[in-house]
Amino acid sequence: MAKLKFTIDNQTIEVEQGTTILQAARMIGGKVVPPAMCYYSKLQGSGGKCRTCLVRVAQGSSKDPRPMPKLVAACRTEVMDGMVVENLTSPDVVAARRAVVEFLLINHPLDCPVCDQAGECDLQDLSYEHGSQSARFEEEKRTYEPIDIGPLIQFHPNRCILCYRCVYAADQLTDKRVHGILYRGEKSEISTFISQSIENDFSGNLIDVCPVGALTDKTFRFKNRVWFLKPMDAHRDCPKCSGKVALWLRGEEVYRVTGRKDEYGEVEDFICNECRFEKKQASDWIIEGPRSITPKSVISQNHYRVLSKPHVINPLKDKME
Amino acid sequence: MERKIILEHIDVKGIRSIEVYRSMGGYDSVAKALKSMTPDEVTEQVINSGLRGRGGAGFPTGRKWSFIDKKSNNPRYLICNADESEPGTFKDRYLMEHIPHRLIEGMISASYALGANTAYIYVRGEFKYIIGILNQSIKEAYQQGFLGKNILDSGFDLDIYVHPGAGAYICGEETALIESLEGKRGTPRLKPPFPAIKGLYDCPTVVNNVETLANIGWIVNNGAESYAQIGIGNSKGTKLISACGNINKPGVYEIEMGLPVETFIYNEKFCGGIKNGKDLKAVIPGGSSVPILPKELILKTADGKKRLLSYESLSEGGFQTGSMLGSGGFIVYNENACIVRNTYNLSRFYHHESCGQCSPCREGTSWMEAVLHRIEHGHGKQKDIDLLVEIASRIEGNTICPLGDAAAWPVAAAIRHFRHEFEFHVEHPEIVKNIRHGSLAKYAK
Repeated sequence: MAKLKFTIDNQTIEVEQGTTILQAARMIGGKVVPPAMCYYSKLQGSGGKCRTCLVRVAQGSSKDPRPMPKLVAACRTEVMDGMVVENLTSPDVVAARRAVVEFLLINHPLDCPVCDQAGECDLQDLSYEHGSQSARFEEEKRTYEPIDIGPLIQFHPNRCILCYRCVYAADQLTDKRVHGILYRGEKSEISTFISQSIENDFSGNLIDVCPVGALTDKTFRFKNRVWFLKPMDAHRDCPKCSGKVALWLRGEEVYRVTGRKDEYGEVEDFICNECRFEKKQASDWIIEGPRSITPKSVISQNHYRVLSKPHVINPLKDKME
Repeated sequence: MERKIILEHIDVKGIRSIEVYRSMGGYDSVAKALKSMTPDEVTEQVINSGLRGRGGAGFPTGRKWSFIDKKSNNPRYLICNADESEPGTFKDRYLMEHIPHRLIEGMISASYALGANTAYIYVRGEFKYIIGILNQSIKEAYQQGFLGKNILDSGFDLDIYVHPGAGAYICGEETALIESLEGKRGTPRLKPPFPAIKGLYDCPTVVNNVETLANIGWIVNNGAESYAQIGIGNSKGTKLISACGNINKPGVYEIEMGLPVETFIYNEKFCGGIKNGKDLKAVIPGGSSVPILPKELILKTADGKKRLLSYESLSEGGFQTGSMLGSGGFIVYNENACIVRNTYNLSRFYHHESCGQCSPCREGTSWMEAVLHRIEHGHGKQKDIDLLVEIASRIEGNTICPLGDAAAWPVAAAIRHFRHEFEFHVEHPEIVKNIRHGSLAKYAK
């Protein structure tokens, strides 16, 4: 297959046809990667909704070098040969991203101190990188009546940013889809058709795909802060799923089990509810070792990594010698 | 400058029935297209006529047809977008109610040109009585052999179905309409791929507005050149304008493109002037989503030229001093109108109608409405005015579909041209708290 030349923030890479801007940026890695709150590579049709990955196409392709008139969603726009994209090098993109973060936060309750997702919340990271220090929103925040969606998953509708990931996950992973979006516009809400109806064998994955604290693990609720736990790679022989998980330990105690997430917050393999909710003893698992946590994550604090000595530049060194 | 093409026989008694319609030359274009023209020739005629989409965007219709994926082995579809929901726009409803066969006639030739054997009329759910009219007209067309198998022995088959929507404004956006027609939530798709490549059921699809399709019969009958001679510049043909607001004669008028706005407002043939002899204050010239213009900029451009009812003239000056022809919903405000209240009303509408799929539109429309509500009810602050401008600019261009832009433009334009009114609301809360306050001119020093 012919390779397409693609440039983002002055970094060039060759990719295959059908690659999206976001996927190509992820191949390069680092700061050129636009954030994504709704796109999930393993969920078909996801993306394009949150608008956090907007980028500027400064050159459409070698054949048609005109820039695209509007910012485009990196997660759903395919790369063309010779395409030149601006991410953080474009003031328009930075402004648009700030705007989207502000929009996402106006109705999001800032209850991080009591939210189980704190420390591993994509919206926290996004706000930290692109948000403002103060809010201009003075109106009353949108609130919903809490609903019980089942014994395993805690649903906080007020925290939901309507990324649709859980809807796609339920649609594509489970055999009886019982939840989706109700109503329209600002009144849209994730809900179940019948109360307490989410009980599918893979329903726990809805927790993993949720970028915020809207869907959390009921069995882990208020038990511990994630930065006090040690995530370990572990596996077991499971007849339903790959059995490859992340165990969150404190001492020898298993506090929760999740899928193994990559640096973009996406699970490598979806796991079954038996692995997630029922195997809470360390003896149930073969522990492979500690998970690699990115240094910027609060979970990495005081974990595993030895700080390397900073390199000191001494401009006078040569002269002194 | 009154030129009737679509509404030519609107005053003929019983024109809604196929017999009367045919006695006026109705369906002649179908015979001509199917028997003496190839599909490509029909498309060519539409391209050369210069017809542009009448739903609001003004994209050249023939070009849109030419994008259809001819290599695809999948069936092709034509969809008539009759989901007319924009405040101030009621031309399609009028057309379908009074002369429905004009639409069906156009759809047959259009389907023939596109190679579509199935066509849908997606009607706004609230138009229940129009659904009945359309179904009756389609039944008559079947009976007379203009629909069904082997139409007029040409070998061309076509079925037309009427599909009622559920009354969502967003379903007027072509991809949301397609989603709704497929039985899903009416939310816009990301483009590309465009419907001409991957539309209804992932098949090549063209979505055209009612008025656009109603022009096709005349173009086929009279030729592209005749059509292109009507109008001005790149605004060819006629346009249905639905006029409403503080005017003496609200209604739907068919005008030749290029009619001066001043003539349209004050001439007895059209709006007949402002009601009760009041002064004109502002006009929204193309449906509620286009920028409002004050009297001095709607009658003349910033360069002092006469403002005309055409795509080019109305957009002259960009959004700083111009607007858009849009869907032709012509809303007139007299000197007593409160622009802030009007903007708040429009904002309520767009907040209510946002589909909620993308963050800037979902959150931004509700935020704008809340801020406007405070200003209109005497609880606004000076900084709210600039905040509104900023929210609008942050929605515009960042959304999946144009609804975000449609919500942002009226707010930004109202503040651009009538900032003093917003400031007055902030400075005199005791006056504006009176829910019945009209124009604030009498309070101005």
